[in-house]
Amino acid sequence: MIVDWLIDWFPTSVAWPGLTFVVVVILCAIPVFVFIALYALVAIYGELKISSFIQDKVGPMGQGVGLHAWRWGLLQPVADALKLILKEDIIPSSADKKLFILAPFIVFIGAFIAFSALPFSQTLIIADMNIGIFYILAVSSLGVIGIILAGWSSNNKWSLYGAMRSAAQIISYEIPVALSIVVVIMLTGTMSMQGIIQYQSGLIWGFLPNWLIFNNPFTFLAFIIFFISGVAECNRTPFDIPEAESELVAGAFTEYSGMRYAFFFLSEYANMFVVSGVAATAFMGGWLSPIPGMLNTPAWGLFWFMSKSMFLIFMMIWFRWTFPRLRVDQLMDVCWKGFIPISLFNIFGVGIWHLIVG
Amino acid sequence: MDNIAFGLIIAITLGSALMVVVSKQLLYSAIALLFTLFGIAGLYIFMWADFMAGVQVVVYIGGILVLLIFGIMLTNKISSVNISHTSLQRGVGAVVTLGVLGFLISMINNTSWLQLSSVEPSQTADSIGRLLMMDFLLPFEVASLLLLGALIGAAMLSRNTN
Repeated sequence: MIVDWLIDWFPTSVAWPGLTFVVVVILCAIPVFVFIALYALVAIYGELKISSFIQDKVGPMGQGVGLHAWRWGLLQPVADALKLILKEDIIPSSADKKLFILAPFIVFIGAFIAFSALPFSQTLIIADMNIGIFYILAVSSLGVIGIILAGWSSNNKWSLYGAMRSAAQIISYEIPVALSIVVVIMLTGTMSMQGIIQYQSGLIWGFLPNWLIFNNPFTFLAFIIFFISGVAECNRTPFDIPEAESELVAGAFTEYSGMRYAFFFLSEYANMFVVSGVAATAFMGGWLSPIPGMLNTPAWGLFWFMSKSMFLIFMMIWFRWTFPRLRVDQLMDVCWKGFIPISLFNIFGVGIWHLIVG
Repeated sequence: MDNIAFGLIIAITLGSALMVVVSKQLLYSAIALLFTLFGIAGLYIFMWADFMAGVQVVVYIGGILVLLIFGIMLTNKISSVNISHTSLQRGVGAVVTLGVLGFLISMINNTSWLQLSSVEPSQTADSIGRLLMMDFLLPFEVASLLLLGALIGAAMLSRNTN
């Protein structure tokens, strides 16, 4: 939408029409990058505070001087970010230099370009593609390659172990994610993000909003599988064996420092937002208000979408401090023997439900 | 649509394809292949085939390329092997290459190419789905049966025999 609007806004008579497209793409990318950076600051602060409260601590409260000192430690993430940017950029002498430098960017790009299909509100979506949700699934597979490269090029056994575990995990959990999305596509009959949201307007059972989690038992199950697999795709606890501090130092990111490490960090948070955003869109009505027919202006749409996404991100942080880490074999068992059969059954069930109920 | 974007994508595709061939390290070739495959996905988009572009990324980058890199990394010492690029039998090679080139050029010239409309089609994935589920249901199911057979075969082969 924003792409179309910007292309229309540019005068068609400019000397070099081919340039318009490139300029429009850059104009769309900058706000997304700024958004990811700002959102990451909020999410890091949330992670610090929520984890502290769950452990019955107070978290950063503002001590000492400088950025740390501000009230309730609100500027703590800014201080952390500045620290990461200013740190020395170390490249191990035995590392494969080119791939070592390339890896964080591939990981980040995989998370970054997924944002172009996320519907923030009725009008605020960079491009409402025909294949929106499928596009997000497709580009999120790019991150795996970056992680493998990071692990291999570091020339460190912990890194390589971490990369292998991470790749095996992400590839496995992509399957239940895709199968749960198939359920959504079957019901809504479209892959466009806005189309999926429009399907969910109105009421169901007389009083609930017609979101897909309330639609029928199978879509509810699909939501749970999608969300848990999404957490696994972000490599977050309880699925964080790729990073497993107690055994692998920091997994694929062990050798990274400073700015390059910050990019991995940023892409983890960006991936969390993408998973939450897709879950909010596909199962929780995206920018639709929880009271159907009320407060549905674009500004409120942005508010609802952000609240739903942020609630799911809060859930992810909550998971992290609630569940212990899964072992490698348990992780694979959950995916291949649990989620995939249930997802396949789900697809069958939704088909039958769709035929019988509506 | 836009010549600059098209030129960029062509340059990335061809340049990285060249890298795949001339690179001396196997892993570098695999990474160059990443950009080639991405470029091809871009070319699909220029033909209004957005679903095909998505499938290209999922299947080739998310699946085949990751398997390829896994294969390279898990094979002992293969990543340090230097691949030789010395040419053998240059005369015969040149004749074969020129023959293939001439054949391709004559094919390109003799094909009556379809002119795509410059207007974006309103539905792309829908019509593919309709065709697969209605007109070509039997070939589709046969293909899925073949894949299922391959899957069972792979599971059998990788099974621990004791």
